Amino acid sequence: MKSLLWALTGFTLLILVFIIVDISVKGLPQVTPLFLFQDPQDMGRAGGIFSTIVATAYITALALLIASPLGVGTAIYLTEYTREGAATRIIRFGAECLAGVPSIILGLFGFVLFVMKLGFGWSILSGGLTLAIMVLPIIIRTSEEAIKAVPQEYRLACYSLGLSQWQAITRIVLPAALPGITTGVMLSVGRSLGETAVLLFTAGAALRTPLSIFDSGRTMAVHFYILAREGLSMPNAYGTAAVLVISILLINLTAYTLMQRFMRRYS
Amino acid sequence: MNQVTQFKLRIEHLSFFYGDFQALKDISLEVRGHEIFGLMGPAKSGKSTLLRVLNRMSDLIPGARVEGKAWLDGLDILAPDCDLVALRRRVGLVLSKPVPLPRSILENLTLAPRLAGKRDAGELAALAEAALKAAQLWDEVKDRLRDSALKLSGGQQQRLCLARTLAMEPEVILLDEPTSGLDPISTAKIEETLFQLKKNYTIILVSNNTKQIARATDRVAFLLMSRLVEVGDTHQVFTVPQDKRTDDYISGRFG
Repeated sequence: MKSLLWALTGFTLLILVFIIVDISVKGLPQVTPLFLFQDPQDMGRAGGIFSTIVATAYITALALLIASPLGVGTAIYLTEYTREGAATRIIRFGAECLAGVPSIILGLFGFVLFVMKLGFGWSILSGGLTLAIMVLPIIIRTSEEAIKAVPQEYRLACYSLGLSQWQAITRIVLPAALPGITTGVMLSVGRSLGETAVLLFTAGAALRTPLSIFDSGRTMAVHFYILAREGLSMPNAYGTAAVLVISILLINLTAYTLMQRFMRRYS
Repeated sequence: MNQVTQFKLRIEHLSFFYGDFQALKDISLEVRGHEIFGLMGPAKSGKSTLLRVLNRMSDLIPGARVEGKAWLDGLDILAPDCDLVALRRRVGLVLSKPVPLPRSILENLTLAPRLAGKRDAGELAALAEAALKAAQLWDEVKDRLRDSALKLSGGQQQRLCLARTLAMEPEVILLDEPTSGLDPISTAKIEETLFQLKKNYTIILVSNNTKQIARATDRVAFLLMSRLVEVGDTHQVFTVPQDKRTDDYISGRFG
């Protein structure tokens, strides 16, 4: 039985390793300093991916800047300021439903609301806002779990020391919940970096380097999709994919290391 | 002195309910300034509940309801508009189970005074040192004040929590079984500390240990099944108890 389970685990690992190796082998040879720092030329058949890196960073950062305070704020409200009841169940159910909406439909929603109705056009702003809606449930869920996991005794100790509820939350509860909250934010970074459907509808696919949040921009994932689908350049598509996958790995690794250091300081 | 200020704490006809269960039944008593007032009684007799009502930590219990009156000097503790943060700074509670916050030893001590408006680092450090010395913990931790408080042993954590409350400089200190996890030597040290602290503070001590109550307190109240049975000078209560149930309890016939 144990060996069977081991085999299943091994198989899962194997898939991961296969993906990473395949993309690295086909993609890494393309990744030169020039590839990273040159804008795409001739629709991406030649040149690098600089503008798509900028657009990706821009959109992801914007999405998280919007979603993190909203999500953590909602989680604090749900855990600290309300009793479990009909209202919290409805909010939680709503968040779950939001998490279940297919991203292509979310993209259409973002297109109708932000691109058309509010007149932001295909832009970093429309893309960031729509991505924020997409990752909000992840951040709410993980933050809520993290805040709930903070021992109730810490709150009692804070109150007995004459801290107000808000002081107890900001000084003790949130720092104690930070590892969990960060995990949620990192998951969201991963989702945002890899998202295509939402951004095709909302951020457009312009190859120029976006300078303001009202410019259209093409993220790495969208660039990969277009290169591969239109058959423009498979080598460049794989190069983009390699950069994307490696960045996600690096971001996760950095976050993990920082978290370990933080945990060692406080426990 | 008028009647209101003569006593530090005054409780009149206090009743407390957890849902349907009545944890305190019509308690009336006074605590004088600068005395160590003991609360004794068997488990579930209402001692800890009474302690928690005095700084309104009892509010945090779902389904709690309180009746009666309680004053700290002239302040109506149970008034709905009572400023709880200000009240809890004046009436510090040390919980029976020590809960160090997940910060350094120093930060545990300075958190409350800093949030109460003390900003000067030197002043805070001096405050922390004095509190740690008073709680008999200074010698053991003076070289590692920046270490996490969670690394301390159980007994050290208990003294840290006492020190943390002292650093708040409250007027009244409520102690719920402060020596339950300590060895006899530390216990003796803490009792000595309480005696010293009496000059500046009013102390209410809850203990299951009748010997400790007899040693450490000036006056004592005996609670049994949510009711106040007897209150008086400790010496008198322990030598000539007025009520037979008190006599039975302190001579160890039950509880």
